[in-house]
Amino acid sequence: MTTSAPLIEMIGITKSYTHIRALVGVDLTVRAGEVTCVLGDNGAGKSTLIKIISGLHRPDEGMMKIDGEEVQFDSPRDALDAGIATVYQDLAVVDLMETWRNFFLGSEIRKPVPVFKPMDIARMRATTSEQLAKLGIHLKDVNQPLATLSGGQRQCVAIARAVYFGARVLILDEPTAALGVKQSGVVLKYVDNAREAGIGVVFITHNPHHAFLIGDHFMVLTLGRTSLDARRSEITVDQLIREMAGGDELATLAHELGRHNAGAPGA
Amino acid sequence: MTVQAVESDAAVSGQNKLRATSIVKLILTRPELSALVAAVAIFIFFWIVAPPFRSSAAMATVLYQSATIGVMAVSVALLMIGGEFDLSSGVAVVTASMSTSILAVHVGLNLFVSMGLALGISLLISFFNGWLVTKTGIPSFLITLSALFMLFGFNLGFNKVVTNTVATSDVSGEAGYSIIRGFFAYRLHLGGRGGPQFSILILWWLILVAIATYILLRTRTGNWILASGGNAASARAVGVPTKWVKIGLFMFVGFSAWFYAMHQLSAYKSVQAGSGIGGEFLYIIAAVVGGCALTGGSGSAIGSAIGAFIYGMTVQGIVYAGWDPNWFRFFLGIMLLGAVLLNLKVKQMSARIRR
Repeated sequence: MTTSAPLIEMIGITKSYTHIRALVGVDLTVRAGEVTCVLGDNGAGKSTLIKIISGLHRPDEGMMKIDGEEVQFDSPRDALDAGIATVYQDLAVVDLMETWRNFFLGSEIRKPVPVFKPMDIARMRATTSEQLAKLGIHLKDVNQPLATLSGGQRQCVAIARAVYFGARVLILDEPTAALGVKQSGVVLKYVDNAREAGIGVVFITHNPHHAFLIGDHFMVLTLGRTSLDARRSEITVDQLIREMAGGDELATLAHELGRHNAGAPGA
Repeated sequence: MTVQAVESDAAVSGQNKLRATSIVKLILTRPELSALVAAVAIFIFFWIVAPPFRSSAAMATVLYQSATIGVMAVSVALLMIGGEFDLSSGVAVVTASMSTSILAVHVGLNLFVSMGLALGISLLISFFNGWLVTKTGIPSFLITLSALFMLFGFNLGFNKVVTNTVATSDVSGEAGYSIIRGFFAYRLHLGGRGGPQFSILILWWLILVAIATYILLRTRTGNWILASGGNAASARAVGVPTKWVKIGLFMFVGFSAWFYAMHQLSAYKSVQAGSGIGGEFLYIIAAVVGGCALTGGSGSAIGSAIGAFIYGMTVQGIVYAGWDPNWFRFFLGIMLLGAVLLNLKVKQMSARIRR
């Protein structure tokens, strides 16, 4: 593997909400040009982990390094500035807004005109349709409100946006959960493209089949702890499925604790 | 034209969906469109049934009525697009007038200094509203409902303590009064006695609408306002400081309240400390009739102006038609209901298209 420092290195991350320990001593390493799959059942701590990486929450304990240097994120802006872009389950898009407004939201291009500094709308529109065309999405009109696009298209707008804005790390939260088989395939292909382009991808999913199609490295979270951490060469898809389901002991425990975990924020 | 060309090529089964898509697309991107259609219809209606409505003097009055609502409706519309309400906007106007009057007449400060301090007070109150809403996550409806009653009581109580009356003290004797009157309440007389009198407030209103429209559609701030109201969590995730956007919008309402207060104070010298209540609903109605979604994320500043114009036409049109003005609020209610139903319809159609 690469000898340079990993893009992200998280060590011993622990996070508790009022009564629930959402994450306990979790390690995660993200390398350039690799897809790291984080698997786990609902309430396993996947969402909490993403929120910490993307700067929405701060861990109670543990260390986070970017390019080998320790960092602390106080806001999503800090994470974005470090090149970490997150594409959320709900896509992090605003349905009522036009496609080009969504594409550039938070990173608008502005003309150097004093006082109002208007946006360079023509350039933003052109860039949006150009970037989407690269992903094979040809919109008749980038002025279309995002609500009028299909689920797969909306997903790809969010991914294209992250890649365009120089994401070195792309965190995809359940990108295929709401999609059909064909559209899932399209999204997985973009994930592969992103890896080829040298981007470090964190792929969050509860679907071991999708994970095994694309992943280089697998991590299974169970009730906030790491129950598996393996490279692709060390594991088979059957093992992954079994680990996802958990042993008998874990299943019983999951059943007992499931009740408490149901109310966990970000579960 | 291009839409039709595309439609004729489309498969028959896809035609209805396509047509629905383009209509929804139009209404979603031009929220003020249906209000414009309504405004034209109402204008034609009163033109026919109320002969005095046709004069330019009547138009001056209608426009002035519209401006008295419109100046506030612009900022209230932007706030609603940003996903929040301000029920205290009506009484906030009186708070600004009263502060100016007390500081100038009773504290003895220079009138301009008093106005400046009143602006500071207005901005501080609205900042506090916005800060509480964003800090606690309590719906702005409840926070500003509390503010409404606090300010309403404060206006009456504090004014009574200082002046021992229910009206604010007359500011027309203060040095510089004629200057602020010229700026905030100048009347342009056309055609001599009995001719139309256009208030400068109409001009200020249109300028405010133009600036707000520009900000909303052409600037980054506008993009952030739309996003903060459309999906605050998503906006925050891509780095939009939604809390500050919302606080800024509350403060814009505070600024408008002060501006309108300065007009009232200049035009009438004194205002009733117990007035202003109910105004907040008129502003919200103008914004909603103009196409603002109650849930935020959609709407326009021009729409709020059209909504205010519909208000002005209706309130004066009923008088010119010789009807009992008591019916006016009934019509206002009907128009609000119509606008809300239309909003709902658009939302349902856009949800259906996505599938």
